[in-house]
Amino acid sequence: MTIAADAGTVRARPVQTWLAIWAAALAIVLAMFLARSVVPWTVNYPAWAVVPVDDWISWLMNWLKVNLSWLTRSITAVFGVPLDFALDLLAKNFKIGTGADAFTLPRLSWVGIVAAAFLAGRAFGGMRLALLSGGLFLYIALFGKWTSAMLTLGLIAIAVPFCIATGLFVGIWAWKRPWVEKYLVLPALDLMQTIPTFAYLIPMLLLFGNSPVSAMIATAIFATPPMVRATMLGLARVPTEISEFGEMAGCTPRQKLWRVLLPSARPTLMVGVNQVIMLALNMVIIASMIGAGGLGYDVLLALRALKVGEAMEAGLAIVALAIALDRLSQAAARRQSEYHGELTDGQSFWVRHPNLTLAAILLIGTTLASLAISFFADVPKAITFTTAPAWRIALNWITVNFFDVIEAFRVFLILYVLNPVRAFCEGFPWLGAVFLLGLAGWQFGGARLALLVAALTAFCAMVGLWEKTMATVYLTGISVVVACLIGIPLGLAASRSDRFEKIITPFIDTLQVLPSFCFIIPVVMLFRVGDVTAMIATVAFAVVPAIRYTNHGIRQVPPALIEAAVVSGCTRRQTFWKVQLPLALPEIMLGINQTILMALAMIIICAMIGTRDLGQEVFIALSKADAGRGIVAGLAIAFIGIIADRLFNAWSARARARLG
Amino acid sequence: MTIASQETPVVAGKSKDSRPIKLACRNVWKLFGSGAQDFIRRRDGKASSAELVEAGLVGAARAIDLEIRQGEIFIIMGLSGSGKSTLVRCMSRLVEPTYGKVEFEGKDLLSISDAELIELRRHRMGMVFQNFALLPHLNVLENIAFPLSVQGIGRAEREARARDVIDLVGLRGREHFYPRELSGGQQQRVGIARSLATKPEIWFLDEPFSALDPLIRREMQDELMRLQSVLKKTIVFITHDFDEAIRLADRIAIMKDGEVIQIGTPEELVVKPATDYVAEFTRDVQRAKVISARSIMRPAGKGQHAGTVSPDARVASFSAEIIAAKKPFAVASGAGKPIGEVTPEAVINLLAGLDNRGAPA
Repeated sequence: MTIAADAGTVRARPVQTWLAIWAAALAIVLAMFLARSVVPWTVNYPAWAVVPVDDWISWLMNWLKVNLSWLTRSITAVFGVPLDFALDLLAKNFKIGTGADAFTLPRLSWVGIVAAAFLAGRAFGGMRLALLSGGLFLYIALFGKWTSAMLTLGLIAIAVPFCIATGLFVGIWAWKRPWVEKYLVLPALDLMQTIPTFAYLIPMLLLFGNSPVSAMIATAIFATPPMVRATMLGLARVPTEISEFGEMAGCTPRQKLWRVLLPSARPTLMVGVNQVIMLALNMVIIASMIGAGGLGYDVLLALRALKVGEAMEAGLAIVALAIALDRLSQAAARRQSEYHGELTDGQSFWVRHPNLTLAAILLIGTTLASLAISFFADVPKAITFTTAPAWRIALNWITVNFFDVIEAFRVFLILYVLNPVRAFCEGFPWLGAVFLLGLAGWQFGGARLALLVAALTAFCAMVGLWEKTMATVYLTGISVVVACLIGIPLGLAASRSDRFEKIITPFIDTLQVLPSFCFIIPVVMLFRVGDVTAMIATVAFAVVPAIRYTNHGIRQVPPALIEAAVVSGCTRRQTFWKVQLPLALPEIMLGINQTILMALAMIIICAMIGTRDLGQEVFIALSKADAGRGIVAGLAIAFIGIIADRLFNAWSARARARLG
Repeated sequence: MTIASQETPVVAGKSKDSRPIKLACRNVWKLFGSGAQDFIRRRDGKASSAELVEAGLVGAARAIDLEIRQGEIFIIMGLSGSGKSTLVRCMSRLVEPTYGKVEFEGKDLLSISDAELIELRRHRMGMVFQNFALLPHLNVLENIAFPLSVQGIGRAEREARARDVIDLVGLRGREHFYPRELSGGQQQRVGIARSLATKPEIWFLDEPFSALDPLIRREMQDELMRLQSVLKKTIVFITHDFDEAIRLADRIAIMKDGEVIQIGTPEELVVKPATDYVAEFTRDVQRAKVISARSIMRPAGKGQHAGTVSPDARVASFSAEIIAAKKPFAVASGAGKPIGEVTPEAVINLLAGLDNRGAPA
């Protein structure tokens, strides 16, 4: 790395000192390992000293369950009303009355919803978007996934407004009071976003039972952080002058916030809304384990029965829904008012909102029609088709023809890559890890960071999860390395060729909106269950930030600097190695940081396909509804993420400071 | 120049103006750093640069004393970092001064309540910003009507009033455009219209034309003069462009490192710069456009006069005639007795830049 070399020549002494320190530290850890028969407690955390945090949490959860049942019941009841309404409206039909004189009001007709999706696309982004979103909804209908997809959509439709409102208010609060931001909101956000999604489900399951409401609450908690961040960022980015204008116009503080600052922050807020929608979709799929139903449940059932074709089909419906929601919300965010005519009160509603009016008419019309004509009520069997057999045939063909190749690849990976690394990681002395990570924290960020990192590492050992923690670290680590080996060169290529960037952008955009579940399905088809599958799915999921940040980092190097390099006679290669790469390095490191966090999230989900790590721990806890065990494992996972995040950020901040 | 100050005497820039004082700063300080307030209070509002450095404080505005009179265009001029923006924000209380008083019609702005301040800003102050500060989600009409809307004025009335100022700044036909669809000059017209919609008495313009390119800037300066000739606001105008300052100003305050180093009419600054720093600024000014007949006249001689000029007439306004006439002009206000005379030689010397220190007779 040129930057290391440069730094070495400029500031030779500190670097050499650190080298010596690191050499000594590694020697100590090696000694620890060699002496493991004499002092075994440095390698394996002694069982008698395990702190029973999981029992404490279980006790607390039970106490909450017993003493707060009035609260959880009323929350369930309150949220149940709009949720049931949305689910009835979109998927289940309204049932009024009971027994013999019950009658059913129909749900919204699928024809109407497809038309509405089409019109929404037209309103937000023109004909192309209209065809895309209408087509994707039609696809869902024709592939027989309509009811499942609408259950999923209904949950999202209720969870998302809730997330947006909560996120907005918390974001405003944090923006107004720096101490709230620093000591309350930011740590909470970090934890919320690094605790694996599964771990959320357990307390929800305990408190709210196996129901769509607990799925919705888990979704809301998971999907709110980006809105909080977007609100804080958006408000902080409003130009000072705009805020000063608000004051000079004589706004009261409330007027200033709601009529000047928030509207000015709209673009950033809309990015947050888009992220909320996508995260909610992702979580709703995962929350199918605690009663959300819908598309996620279809995937889950199919995967459990190893019906790969069906899983693939449901997965593709999720993909269709994800792309439609993403493109629609992005277009809505970009859309800007361009109406130049006179607005008068006399003008009728439909002239001003033609698409909305037409959508409403179509929805009502087709839904009324569905009372009489069954075509509108349910997607007729005759026009749906299934691709499951086709997937099965394709899979069989691949298995028959390529079994040897795939198997050889798999076995090679397991024997020569995965197993050695695993053995190394699991045999790593916990005390050594605490020591080395603490040292890294000290070098990059001083005593406070060192203390934090060491304490978090020690937590993982002290709750008795050391081996599983290291199993997680091993799989995540390998996946991250592979993802970077693939992603960074792709990002570099994209940064150096506009054409390549254009080709690759739609792919990474799509990869990014897919819920994590979807990555597992095709890989399972080829590699069956196990660590190899987990690794490949994780790489596919986590490769995007590596590509994106690398590309962006290289491209944001100021053109003036590149011109200066060219003028001083650098070749293209020299310009790249001596100017672009060093300047882009902090950004690339942030990309790697993101890759690590995403890989960690994915590895945990891969517990579904039989990995033996912290994810498995959470998964078992979920099936046993053992809150303590699940939450402690979840915290351990979160801490791995936080350690990596803090170290990378500290390093990146230092590099930035050095570059000025 | 359309708005040459009426009877402002050359020598003392502030004393004999009879117009009431609209806004005054009395020993205003804005210091950044911890314990700034204690520091300046303990010293009773006096501190030297060395003392500030020693206390680890940064003085964005230091010991500012100035009085702005009703209806005048008062320009605060300084390079970036000189504290001019901070000063104007202290005057409008966008920034809370660390020490001192800001008096609006004799009332201390710093002691009024938040509600009073809001009331004051709603009805009596207007501000135009360097980067326009238009609200991106509102169209031109809504942007201009916005200050009225926060006052709770009904839609029909506020739009009618907004349309009046739209006509005033020449934006008719663009009412329903959004800021991003307008050029920089047009955006600033919206900014000006918006700040005028509330009919303010005092008008803060913070580098309003600095973000515009030179041709548009000039056009907007003319536009401002036209507006001022109709509206007669009290204007506090910030700029870093000395040419702009002398073009527009009744009086100019020159700032450096947070201090006002000289206040005076453009002519005073050119003729009697208080420091080398001021002299440096004024060096490239077209002096004939700034200096008045009074400054280069000598006691009237016995000889014939080819014409008569007013003592406040800028030399540039009669230079061609006097050089063509090759004879001195009498200097007299109205039909009164001449108080002196201007010779063609003096004018030529001025035009040729031979009187570089320009000491008046």
